[in-house]
Amino acid sequence: MTPSTTGALSISDGRLALSALLVLVNVGLSAALRLGLGRSLLLASVRMVVQLLLVGFVLEWLFRQDNAPLILLVGAAMALIAGVSAVQRTRHRFAGIYLNSLLSVMASSALVTGLAVTGLIQPQPWYNPQYLIPLLGMVLGNTLNGLSLGLDRFMEGLRSGRDQVETDLALGATRWEACQAVVRDAIRVAMIPTINSMMVMGLVSLPGMMTGQILQGAAPAAAVRYQIVILFMIASATALGVFAVVGLAYGRLTSVDHQLRLDRLFAVGGATPSPATWTFPPWRRRGRG
Amino acid sequence: MPSHSAAIDRSLLLSGKDLERRLGDRLLWSQLDLELAAGDRLGLVAPSGAGKTLLLRTLALLDPPQAGRFNLLGSPPAGWGLPRWRAMVSYLAQRPVAAGGTVETNLRAPWRFREHRGQVGWSHERITSWLEALGRDPSFLRYDAERLSGGELQLLALLRVLQFDPTVLLLDEPTASLDGATTAAVEALLIAWLAAEPRAAVLISHDGDQIERFATRTLELQP
Repeated sequence: MTPSTTGALSISDGRLALSALLVLVNVGLSAALRLGLGRSLLLASVRMVVQLLLVGFVLEWLFRQDNAPLILLVGAAMALIAGVSAVQRTRHRFAGIYLNSLLSVMASSALVTGLAVTGLIQPQPWYNPQYLIPLLGMVLGNTLNGLSLGLDRFMEGLRSGRDQVETDLALGATRWEACQAVVRDAIRVAMIPTINSMMVMGLVSLPGMMTGQILQGAAPAAAVRYQIVILFMIASATALGVFAVVGLAYGRLTSVDHQLRLDRLFAVGGATPSPATWTFPPWRRRGRG
Repeated sequence: MPSHSAAIDRSLLLSGKDLERRLGDRLLWSQLDLELAAGDRLGLVAPSGAGKTLLLRTLALLDPPQAGRFNLLGSPPAGWGLPRWRAMVSYLAQRPVAAGGTVETNLRAPWRFREHRGQVGWSHERITSWLEALGRDPSFLRYDAERLSGGELQLLALLRVLQFDPTVLLLDEPTASLDGATTAAVEALLIAWLAAEPRAAVLISHDGDQIERFATRTLELQP
């Protein structure tokens, strides 16, 4: 358990097991409505329990460590997982996309979290894992979403807007002049969840970290300060990461000869709709002939 | 960068040597030599899928190079820079697209490209005189570009490229969606425009009569 003296009430094994019965609500609903979700619900529940229990042990061990390289290594491993996951949701890929995502995640989260622990929050020492690891985790979790959205939007935007981009190129545009609308759109879309969550923060959602601190007995006013810092961290890390990953993808999918290199894209899996159903932009559908 | 006016007297405008194009494993054409002199109107003749569009895209350097050497007014592409090359060897795509806004917005937009800044710029008189030649009212400029018919979209795309006065115009079925009268007007407009300066054009058309009417010579791609 945590060394805190004013900790939250601890949950016994029996009550923990009791909480698992709550998932029966979902299973029952799925069965009644024949949603066919029973299997995945159970699997997701089991994964969640096992992963969190393991993480509990790992964190207890980790928080006892006082070894900067080891803690940074754990941080790097977290960033690696985030970088890979960001690519998993995209419908198209190109060679080097994982490396691009990894570089973007690492650079943005290291910069922002580094500034936070050395300047804003200042735990002693700066690599104190009890601060560094949860902060990094929250930054990575949100950056990952931004990267995923930004990458997917950028690649699909180039695909659907290909004719427009090449029309501009054919009229003497540079690759940036031809692609900037797609780049901007991808970055804008990637930032929407972060901006939305800041907009309604405290009104609609009480973030997990703040809830946790309050349960631990922290004064809400102090917990709120942490939350403000973390939200600014998340927003800046997401912006930096998205900017980097879309920029790198732009470099990869265009050439210095101002050509569009969609030949470098390949579809993932068999679930992609056929190009025939992809009549976007809509003006291609209208008024033919 | 070579000066435009010094080279303009030479009759050879554009040349491509040893051009080759593959699509996957399939060899579309190879060892293709092509020369365009001022006044040339070259008709490209080949069955569907033989790579006519790809030849035009190749000349506009829109695709990564596969093989071949290119020369425009005595200089290779690297000497011009790719945006300048494409402003002078302009490809008019088979499927024209327009962005949001009016026809005029779309015609004005490319003038903002760095390549065209500092030039004469948008000319309302010139565009309306062309519209008149095509039998369209100047109110066409105020139409919503996203609601144009396929034929109107082709006219928009033609005017959009023509206003930059490219040296070589690469036309990919430019009248496929137009009625007979407008098609004839487009052909007449193009022939007059080509004759006004040392210019050349390449035309793809699946209308054999149009090739007959428009082209001064033809090139047949053997599959």
